[in-house]
Amino acid sequence: MHKFADRMFITLSLAALMFTLLMLFALLVDVFVDGVTRLNGQFLTSFPSRKPEEAGILAALVGSVSLITLTAAIAVPLGVGSAVYLEQYAKRSRFNALMDINIGTLAGVPSIIYGLLGLALFVRVLALDRSLISGALTLSLLILPIIIIASREAIRVVPTSLQDGAFAIGATRSQVIRRIVFPLALPGILTGIILALSRAIGETAPLIAIGALTYIAFLPDSLSSPFTAMPIQIFNWVSRPQEAFHANAAAGIILLLAITLLFNAVAICTRNHFYKISAHCS
Amino acid sequence: MHARHIRKERLIGWMFASCGTLSICVTLGIIAVLFWETIHFFHVVPLNEFLFGTKWTPLFSEKKFGILPLIAGTLLIASIAMIFALPLGLLIAIFLREYAPPRLRRLLKPVLEILAGIPTIVYGYFALLTVTPVLQKIIPSLAGFNALSPGIVMSIMILPLMISLSEDAIHAVPEHLRAAAYALGSTRLQVIFRVVLPSAMSGIVSACILSVSRAIGETMLVTVAAGMRPTFTMNPLVPVQTITAYIVQVSLGDTPTGTLEYSSIFAVAFVLFVGTFVLNIIAQKLRHSFRFSYA
Repeated sequence: MHKFADRMFITLSLAALMFTLLMLFALLVDVFVDGVTRLNGQFLTSFPSRKPEEAGILAALVGSVSLITLTAAIAVPLGVGSAVYLEQYAKRSRFNALMDINIGTLAGVPSIIYGLLGLALFVRVLALDRSLISGALTLSLLILPIIIIASREAIRVVPTSLQDGAFAIGATRSQVIRRIVFPLALPGILTGIILALSRAIGETAPLIAIGALTYIAFLPDSLSSPFTAMPIQIFNWVSRPQEAFHANAAAGIILLLAITLLFNAVAICTRNHFYKISAHCS
Repeated sequence: MHARHIRKERLIGWMFASCGTLSICVTLGIIAVLFWETIHFFHVVPLNEFLFGTKWTPLFSEKKFGILPLIAGTLLIASIAMIFALPLGLLIAIFLREYAPPRLRRLLKPVLEILAGIPTIVYGYFALLTVTPVLQKIIPSLAGFNALSPGIVMSIMILPLMISLSEDAIHAVPEHLRAAAYALGSTRLQVIFRVVLPSAMSGIVSACILSVSRAIGETMLVTVAAGMRPTFTMNPLVPVQTITAYIVQVSLGDTPTGTLEYSSIFAVAFVLFVGTFVLNIIAQKLRHSFRFSYA
């Protein structure tokens, strides 16, 4: 009787697991089948067009790459700096507790709300308009909490004995941070950064909220240039009724998935490598 | 130490501190921006009509601003997502922690991480162009845009979060509690249902709340697959509009600053922000209390 119930439970769990894996498989196969024939040189090197067979993803691809580079340049120093401050400098526990709650809740704020913040702050108040820099600043705010949380965890596990040793031989705090904390926390920080950037590449809603355009027939050439990005282009193609555009969307999705999955794979490898090393140390 | 060194150290300290306070500024910025535009909105639209009105027609000539249809649409899709994600997530989490051999777990974790890394617009494509047509074969009365299909796909989307948080909660239950239950002659299922799950309850509830909050704030999936018609209904077969989808709809058009439509997106976003913020705080409090009870 007990054996039977146990086996029932296992069967049920396996069914749940199979269902999930099947959905993931269906999604990947579906997108692949729909889009793979459109994914050719013409698609990669063309601008959007009213004719689906002439349309391409070039502007969106270049837009996404510029956007992510800028976002990384803004969010990484700020996020890592925040984490260093919170772990190494901030000692008042009450303030620290407030920061903890604040960052945790910020990470849970829907991305579209960051878009509205960007719209009001960067596009309107700072008059940066619907430019590349507005988009990058908005995405930076969005991924800041993710980078801070990951970096804090990486910094926290650096053994205090090493830091105390450095202090004991007369190192200053900034020297300890630069020579001891950073090198040891680096893999963990990198993992967090890569995951955060992979999230930023796929974000659509905040960019739509700040008014990124969907039809751009030129490449962005400066920080103040209008831009489009891959998820926005895909959204535009999905929401058209003609089926030929859906094939374009699927081709765009294959490209987008390839990039985000590559980022995630690199992050997972970095983390696993890091765990192996830290297991050796302890 | 030289004065120059001290000054340099202090400067570096200030630099890090200014980064550290930035996140507080972001929170304050969000609140200020939403508040500012929302006040404009309430100069024109009475709070009563906004909170209790059942018609949302800001883009019609006769404008009505009752948020209930948007809230109904949002909650409907989130509930459908949770109906699937809660049992699936719990079953998989229990299985991974209590049954699965470590090798299988190591194999499955990256798969779940892949699921978590898929951009939401991709789920939107999947819901609209694959899941809806399949569902229409089973339920012929299903509209092309509906709440059911994005709800189901959203459950797959929030599953990784649900699983990893519940898994953490189950993992944190001390081994000696299990051992004691086994020593008293309990079966594995009894241990799971009478010892592990009750002990992990606050962590699991926290996982559910965070998943709901994630579902409520999800934008592209519902924009693509649920339609753009704000309907005050709990019928999963017809088009609905969520709060987030409304914000996208207005953003896609060229709405000038200062118009009522423009401030209305901030007003509904304020409701969304308060909702998710409260949920997140509750979830964090629950998780902390849970962590301390076994520390």
